[in-house]
Amino acid sequence: MTNGYMGEGIRRLGATAIFLGRLALQCVPACARPRLIVAQIYNTGARSLIIIMLSGLFVGMVLGLQGYDLLRRFGSEDVLGTAAALGLLRELGPVITALLFAGRAGTALTSEIGLMRATDQLTAMEIMAVDPLRYVAAPRFLGAIIAVPLLTAIFAIVGLFGAQLIGVQLMGIDPGAFWSQTQDAVELRDVREGLTKSLVFGIACALVAVYEGYNSEPTAAGVGLATTRTVVASSVLILLLDYVITAAFL
Amino acid sequence: MVDVSDVNYAVGGRPIFKGLTLTARRGRITAIMGPSGTGKTTLLRLITAQITADAGTVRVFGENVATLGSAAIYGLRRRMGMLFQNGALLTDLTVFENVAFPVREHTDLPEPLIRKLVLTKLQAVGLRGAAELMPSELSGGMARRVALARAIVMDPEVLVYDEPFVGLDPISLGVILRLIKQMNDALGITSIVVSHDVQELSTIADDSYLLSAGAVAAAGAPAQLRASDSPAVRQFMTGSAEGPVAFHYPAPDYVTQLLADD
Repeated sequence: MTNGYMGEGIRRLGATAIFLGRLALQCVPACARPRLIVAQIYNTGARSLIIIMLSGLFVGMVLGLQGYDLLRRFGSEDVLGTAAALGLLRELGPVITALLFAGRAGTALTSEIGLMRATDQLTAMEIMAVDPLRYVAAPRFLGAIIAVPLLTAIFAIVGLFGAQLIGVQLMGIDPGAFWSQTQDAVELRDVREGLTKSLVFGIACALVAVYEGYNSEPTAAGVGLATTRTVVASSVLILLLDYVITAAFL
Repeated sequence: MVDVSDVNYAVGGRPIFKGLTLTARRGRITAIMGPSGTGKTTLLRLITAQITADAGTVRVFGENVATLGSAAIYGLRRRMGMLFQNGALLTDLTVFENVAFPVREHTDLPEPLIRKLVLTKLQAVGLRGAAELMPSELSGGMARRVALARAIVMDPEVLVYDEPFVGLDPISLGVILRLIKQMNDALGITSIVVSHDVQELSTIADDSYLLSAGAVAAAGAPAQLRASDSPAVRQFMTGSAEGPVAFHYPAPDYVTQLLADD
C-alpha cells in the first residue's frame, strides 16, 4: 500500500515536472499576447486585493498588539516597528499572501480550467489547431506569477500600517522612534528574501492550480477534487518551500 | 479524403475497434451510425488525430496521421472543422469573438475584414443578430449553430459532426439538418456525421456506415441499409428492443438473485 502511494506520488511529481517544462516553452509565445496576461493579472490579482488588504491589516494589528506586549517586558517598545516590518517582509507577507492566493485565486483557476476541460473547450481549441497550453494555461500561469509578488508587497505595506495603528496611535509609541528604527533595521537583504519567497510561492501556486485544472477528470466530482487538491498541495508546498528558502537566506 | 483501414483500438484492455475500415469521400456526406457505446466518438478522435490507433492506419488528406509530428497535425487540423456535441464554445468570449477566434489565432487579417467574415458566417447560420450575446445566453440549438459558424469560418475541407442532433427540439433539429446539407452543397465540404438518429440522418446522407461490435456491420446508401436482412442492422434501423443487441446488461439469473437473501 505504501508502495502504491509512493509510486503514485513519484508519478505525479514527474508528470508535474514535464507539464512545467511544456508550459514554460509555451510561455514565450504567450508573451506575444500581453492582453491575455493582463486580463489574468486582473482576474487573479486585482480581484484578490480586498481579501489581501483586509488580512494584511489585521495581521499587522495583531503583530502590533502581541509585539507591544512582548517588547514592553524588556522595555524596548520602540523597536516594534522593526519587529513588525521584518516579520511582515520576510515571513508573514509572502506566506500568508500565498496561502490566501491559493485559496482565493488558485481554486478559481483550477475550477475554471477544469470546467473548460469538462465542456470540451480545450479539445475544441486543439481541433482548431490552437494549443490550449499557450492560449489558456500560459497566460494564467504568468498572470499569477506576476500577481503574487505585487500582492505580497501590498500585504506588507498594509500590515505595517496596521502595526503602526496599534503601536503608535493606540499604545502611544513615539512615531519618530517607530519609523526611524524601522528604517534603520530593514535592509535590502530582507526585502530580497521576501521578494524571492513571493516569487517562488507564486510559481508554485500557479503551477499547482493550472496543472490540477488542466489534468482534472472531466466530471463534476473530478473538478471538485482537483480544486481541493490545489488548496492542499499549494499550502503544503508553500510552507515547505518557506523553510527551504529561509534556511538558504540565513 | 478520410480513409480508415483495418484499425484496432483498445482502452484499458477493452477493445473498441477490431479491424474497422471505412472511407469518407470528397464532397459527400458520410453518416456513421451505431448504438451508444460503439465508439463513434472515439472514431472522430482517431480522425482528428487526438488519439492514435493501436494497429491499422488512419489517413486524412492522404497522410497517415500516426506518423505526423504535432506541428503537422496542427497543420492538418487547420484544414478540418469539428462540431462538438455541446458546441464547446469558449464561455468567456461573446458569440462574435468565438467565431472570430480561429481567424485571430491563425491569420493577421485586418479587423474590418474579420468583422465581415464573421458576420457572413453568422448570417449563414441565422444568428447575425446574436453576435454580442454570451454563450450562456444561448439555447442548445443556437449554441450548436454558433459552433457550426465557428467550425466553417476557416473554410475547412472536411467537417466532422459529433452527435449534432442530440437534445434538440424538432425545429432546431430541422435547422441543423438543413445547415449540414447546405454546407455540404454550397461549400463542397466533405462531411462526416456521427449520430444514432437514423431517420434524420438517412434523409441527407450520401453514404452510411453502421458500426457494431468494433467493426462495420453494414455499409451503403441509407436505403440499402434499411433493406438489409442482417438482424443487427434491422434491429438498429427499426429501433426494436428485440435482437442481437440485448436490452439487459449481463446479469446473474433474475429469480436466483431476487431470492438469494431468503
